[in-house]
Amino acid sequence: MATPASISDAATTTATARWYRRFALPERVLHALLMVTFIGCALTGLPLIFAAKPWAEALAHLLGGFESAGIIHRVCASIMIAVFVTHIALVIRRAIVGKDLLGILWGPDSMVPQWRDAIDMYRHVRWFFGLGPRPQFDRWTYWEKFDYWAVFWGMAIIGGSGLLLWFPFFFGNFLPGWAFNIASLVHGEEALLAVGFIFTIHFFNGHLRPEKFPMDTVVFTGRISEHELRGERAVEYARLQATGALAQKEAAPPSFSARAFGWIVGGTALALGVVVILLILYSVVF
Amino acid sequence: MLRSGRSITLAATTRWVGALLCIALATAVAAKPAPEVDVNETCLACHGSAGFSNAAGQSVAVDGAAFVKSVHGELNLECTACHADVSPAKLPHPEKLAPVDCSTCHAEQVKQYATTVHGMARAGGNAVAATCTDCHGLHDIRRASDPASRTNHANLEATCSKCHGNEALVKTANLPGGNIDRQFHDSIHGRLLAGGARAADAPTCTSCHGAHNILAPTEVASRVNRAHIPETCGGCHQAIYARFSKGQHGRLRNEGNPGVPVCTDCHTAHQIQRHDLPAFQVAVIEQCGNCHNEYLSTYRDTFHGQVTKLGYTSVATCASCHSAHDMLPASDPNSTISAQNRVETCRKCHAGASANFASFDPHASRHDKARDPLYWYAAKFMDWLLIGVFAFFGIHTVLWLGRLWIDKLRGPKGG
Repeated sequence: MATPASISDAATTTATARWYRRFALPERVLHALLMVTFIGCALTGLPLIFAAKPWAEALAHLLGGFESAGIIHRVCASIMIAVFVTHIALVIRRAIVGKDLLGILWGPDSMVPQWRDAIDMYRHVRWFFGLGPRPQFDRWTYWEKFDYWAVFWGMAIIGGSGLLLWFPFFFGNFLPGWAFNIASLVHGEEALLAVGFIFTIHFFNGHLRPEKFPMDTVVFTGRISEHELRGERAVEYARLQATGALAQKEAAPPSFSARAFGWIVGGTALALGVVVILLILYSVVF
Repeated sequence: MLRSGRSITLAATTRWVGALLCIALATAVAAKPAPEVDVNETCLACHGSAGFSNAAGQSVAVDGAAFVKSVHGELNLECTACHADVSPAKLPHPEKLAPVDCSTCHAEQVKQYATTVHGMARAGGNAVAATCTDCHGLHDIRRASDPASRTNHANLEATCSKCHGNEALVKTANLPGGNIDRQFHDSIHGRLLAGGARAADAPTCTSCHGAHNILAPTEVASRVNRAHIPETCGGCHQAIYARFSKGQHGRLRNEGNPGVPVCTDCHTAHQIQRHDLPAFQVAVIEQCGNCHNEYLSTYRDTFHGQVTKLGYTSVATCASCHSAHDMLPASDPNSTISAQNRVETCRKCHAGASANFASFDPHASRHDKARDPLYWYAAKFMDWLLIGVFAFFGIHTVLWLGRLWIDKLRGPKGG
């Protein structure tokens, strides 16, 4: 069954439906911090890339001038790096304390791309063309894994080049001038890629597609309804049922405050992202 | 008897004196037609009344008091010195008089005027082009040294602006350069001129354009022709002129290259701003780019270029690295960007700059493979990465959305 499970649908059935844990608290906090600092970096960085556009000048002034925008950019970047490091630490803890190295590297709870992801994608595209049934997914879909690894790539490219540009005297001790040229090039280009990707593709995949529209609060509340779990991740549902892990994952419905937080913070982020995309499109077209 | 004889003598004497006086008077009248009749008073008898007008109703009144204080009044010139076709003996004079010919006395100035932009425009039938009286006035002409003079240093801006700052006239007469006073008044020169200790030294219109020799800037002989601008400005800005002459622009100019920029190309002619104003610093970057367009374009790809584009000037502009007037090519050891001086130049802002730091290419081009091969490859890689990701997921998203809509239109069914 693939009936769209909209948020309003889920909200009205809160009282009766079962809910399951999808994201633990540290993951939700890290996502929220990543989201806020990402938007912070985007808003303070984009005026430079689109410096010739009137909106860029207005935004730079709104942020208190380019010096103050630069401070906000560095503060957000630092928090973002801390988020990344924390995540790596949590993965290492899961490997050592949780003794789950194998689960990290392989299987349904692993973010590592697997053969199954290629098949999922093939089936998904077949379904796009009406050549097959809509595929059912396990815990992590191939596009979610792409999003996840994109953060690693982005961290290396934007984070690395950003540090180079932030501490040029230090890096100048052992890096030649062209390294700074390339750092400033890839910092901006990769930022455009990240901003463009998150605010369109990630937004569509996670929030804006008709089944989720206007947004999916799962990453804020951590809870997924039985309706959605069975609707989109039937493989995971069946697997959890078979292993008996489903009962362990069952949780209370998301509290009002958790849902309100998701709607307000997530909604603001969505709105800002859409505005940024419109500004970029405007700048590219005109 | 005595008494009567005495009275006879007295009467005779009186007659003699009277006769002598009459002869003297008659002689005097014959020698000088009107020694007691003041010409100017005669004229002012009519023209001195404020409401005096001609048949057409136009005022032909003359302020006698103002004339007395004028340079011509000071010299006790009579009205007829200028209005030569009027004779006080034959009054009233004809309604229509010949135009006053200033060249009767000021032959040199009038001759020179005929060759100027104003004189030639007049000769060409332009009825509003400035003539003697437009700048000097009519009956109240004062010496230029007189603070009340229209041609005094302090008043020239206002005098020229009667036409060149008159919005209506600027339009109807299509005056070159538009409303000059609007541009000049708030310029650094205009502000200095407006008052303060340096007002007397500040240049006014004639300082650059001349007075009786004003030529169109297109005329080779004009002081404001491109060929002479550095010398005209250098008349005051001698130190800058010396630096400019030593720089690449000045060198090429001395070699006869007419394309090099002169002062006004960067500073403008009338709107000259203080060099430390952000608005000027931001604007002058674009001026450099008029010729060095490929360097402007690569500069705009750097942090420096982006920040200045946003209007902030706390980062390097062209002049920060290349210097403002004596810029030299990197190949010249004296250049601020030569291999020898580059690190020092970077250190003006980046105190900790090393040789590695200074080997950053501030004009790296993503289109110039020969100049920066690694940069070029990095740019190509990023281009294809962006194109690849957006193309793949763009199509993925559109297909997904299309399928969802198609399914929705067909009604809910499994799939």
